[in-house]
Amino acid sequence: MWKILLERFRQKHRTVGYPRRAPVLPERFRGLPAIDDAKVGDARAAIEACPVEALATDAAGRLRLDLGRCIFCGQCERACPEGGIVFGRDHRLCARTRDELVITAAGRTRAQTLDAAARRLFGRSLKLRQVSAGGCNACEADTNVLTTVVFDLSRFGIRFTASPRHADGLLVTGPVTLNMEAALRKTYEAVPAPKIVIAVGACAISGGLFADHEETRAGLADILPVDVFIPGCPPHPVTILDGLLRALGRIE
Amino acid sequence: MSGSPLLMFEHGGLAELGRVPELAVAEFRAHVLDAVSGGARIATFFGRPAPGGAVRLLIVLSEEYTGILSAAATTVYDSYTALTPECPQAHWFEREIAEQWGVVPRGHPWLKPIRFHPSYRDGKDAWHRAEAPAAGDADFFRMEGEEIHEVAVGPVHAGIIEPGHFRFQCHGERVFHLEIALGYQHRGIERRLRGGPNARTLPYMETLAGDTSIGHALACCEALEALAGTRVPTRAHVLRGAALELERLANHVGDLGALAADIGFLPTASYCGRIRGDLLNMTAVLCGNRFGRGLVRPGGTAFDLAEEHVRDLQRRLRAAEQDTTGAAELLWQSSSVMGRFEDTGAITAETAQALGLVGPAARACGIERDVRRDFPSGIFRYAQIPVATFGSGDVFARAFVRALEIQRSIAFLKAQLDTLSPGPVLAPFGACAPNALAVALVEGWRGEICHTCLTGEDGRIDHYKVVDPSFHNWMGLAMALRGQQISDFPLCNKSFNLSYCGHDL
Ligand code: SF4
Repeated sequence: MWKILLERFRQKHRTVGYPRRAPVLPERFRGLPAIDDAKVGDARAAIEACPVEALATDAAGRLRLDLGRCIFCGQCERACPEGGIVFGRDHRLCARTRDELVITAAGRTRAQTLDAAARRLFGRSLKLRQVSAGGCNACEADTNVLTTVVFDLSRFGIRFTASPRHADGLLVTGPVTLNMEAALRKTYEAVPAPKIVIAVGACAISGGLFADHEETRAGLADILPVDVFIPGCPPHPVTILDGLLRALGRIE
Repeated sequence: MSGSPLLMFEHGGLAELGRVPELAVAEFRAHVLDAVSGGARIATFFGRPAPGGAVRLLIVLSEEYTGILSAAATTVYDSYTALTPECPQAHWFEREIAEQWGVVPRGHPWLKPIRFHPSYRDGKDAWHRAEAPAAGDADFFRMEGEEIHEVAVGPVHAGIIEPGHFRFQCHGERVFHLEIALGYQHRGIERRLRGGPNARTLPYMETLAGDTSIGHALACCEALEALAGTRVPTRAHVLRGAALELERLANHVGDLGALAADIGFLPTASYCGRIRGDLLNMTAVLCGNRFGRGLVRPGGTAFDLAEEHVRDLQRRLRAAEQDTTGAAELLWQSSSVMGRFEDTGAITAETAQALGLVGPAARACGIERDVRRDFPSGIFRYAQIPVATFGSGDVFARAFVRALEIQRSIAFLKAQLDTLSPGPVLAPFGACAPNALAVALVEGWRGEICHTCLTGEDGRIDHYKVVDPSFHNWMGLAMALRGQQISDFPLCNKSFNLSYCGHDL
């Protein structure tokens, strides 16, 4: 007993100050990218370097980067040595619509909160059921991390439940394998309305690396209506937390 | 294996495909069974299409006491006599071969799909199914009798974990048998590797099993480097080894915490949950990503460490060591913990050997099996990590072996960071040799990872086979549940902590 108390004392209080204080991110963290068309140089080279076809040019030859597909590998950044594409340190990546995830030189629109009715319902208490539908266990792991003492998710009134019937919505990871599609749909149906769906990671948003596989669907797009998109491969835990809190209107 | 026609080759090298002996099925079986009874293990065993609509089976055996690999092949059409009845290690491989190529291993005691996808060979299906199979749609083991009942869980589970389906045959609380049905995570990665290496190859590796991004990326790079004859710089070997051990640390620490959480022992659960994050953040110091994505690349590593990063890592490592030791000690000192860990989910060394278990699950049965020692590559050729074993085969042993490995990995990391010599971290990576075969073994945190890469005429990948440690170990979990209380399933499951997507690929 004493040993347990002593160890408790030694391990200290460890919950992060976020969102009151800025999150601590690794120096080499790849967050929100910025595009400068004038410095891109050879756009073809960047497009070809991308393993997931997240990059394209529009009719005027301007580069577009789809955060919903991007796995944040940084290959395009290397292919534009002049600084045409630079991954910055902003961890706030979430969006409310699929279109908002596309970045151009003009930047992007910041995600809106859920509507007032949804905020009133879920703003102070949100119970989520997580479904991994072909996820590689990285998005799952960095979602799970939110429940540790470091992030202490329940201080925001957000919790993961065991049963979909106790949930207000789903948090889905993975490209949706054919073998999980039925289970995912059933789980969604089991959640009582009104309900929300949160897609975490490139796979759940667009299929990511697996978008063109016959064994998978291309993420949630044609399967469930998505209310919040949280990009990344996997998104940093702070990015996921930001997505949840922003949607609920808990942070500006 | 003197007088054996099998092709022997060294780990880390390549073999010309043409030199792999093509044996008649009977001969193939005899030599494989002979080698396995002499102590060899099946590292990989798979089929690939052969001319005339046939299927060529290729097996790679590993002899851990000599560090030698050996290979042989045979050609089959619609069926052959299964190895499994005489060699249980082959059981899952033969189910995979049946599912992928529609070849029936005759006499296999429980021939079922493992991933539930259509056969890759037109018009051939081991079960004569007309339509694409639905996940989990197959017969399950069934016990009959008074008061016998069946419990089915999954694919969606209670926590934030991957999907799988578990069927328990119970009498009261007691489990007679657990059958595990997987395949829900099947994404078809192996087939997409053909024609590579290309921009997608490494990203695929890093998502085969996301918690083993470094392990799988390293195995792939080692196979490709063997094929291309790349000489990886020493400093890159050190950084790769450091990343591999950080991955092991993060997962082992996380597992100790999860085991504590499963029995409601919250102090260790919360400390380890936090320390695991600290360890992932150390990997992010290397490359910006907590899972090590983008770090390991053919030829070396894509990132180097500056002097201040090294000092930062040394400082963090010291803190993590202290905190982990304190958290783990609490487990062994608490009788309520030991009461739940000891004698729960035990498997014998014989069972573990027969099934060919790997990693901490095997070492917890007292089996000295560790790729870092038996088939060292990279930095492990120069710096050895003592193999950690414990003999009781139960949940305690699997937890304790992890705790020992945590200590040893930390000691290794400290020594490596202290003596890191300067130099380049990335060598040019050229073309792969044509018509060749390379096998790379890496001791991932769950155990032996085996990647086999075969090139075609053009030096591109013609066939790629991945064996995640979970492929060997899922049956170990099923065996550990025999005779247990069903309420101990979560604890037993956590003590193995196997990968669903790594198995399902
Ligand atoms: S960082 Fe994103 S956009 Fe750039 S190459 Fe990688 S996946 Fe493509």
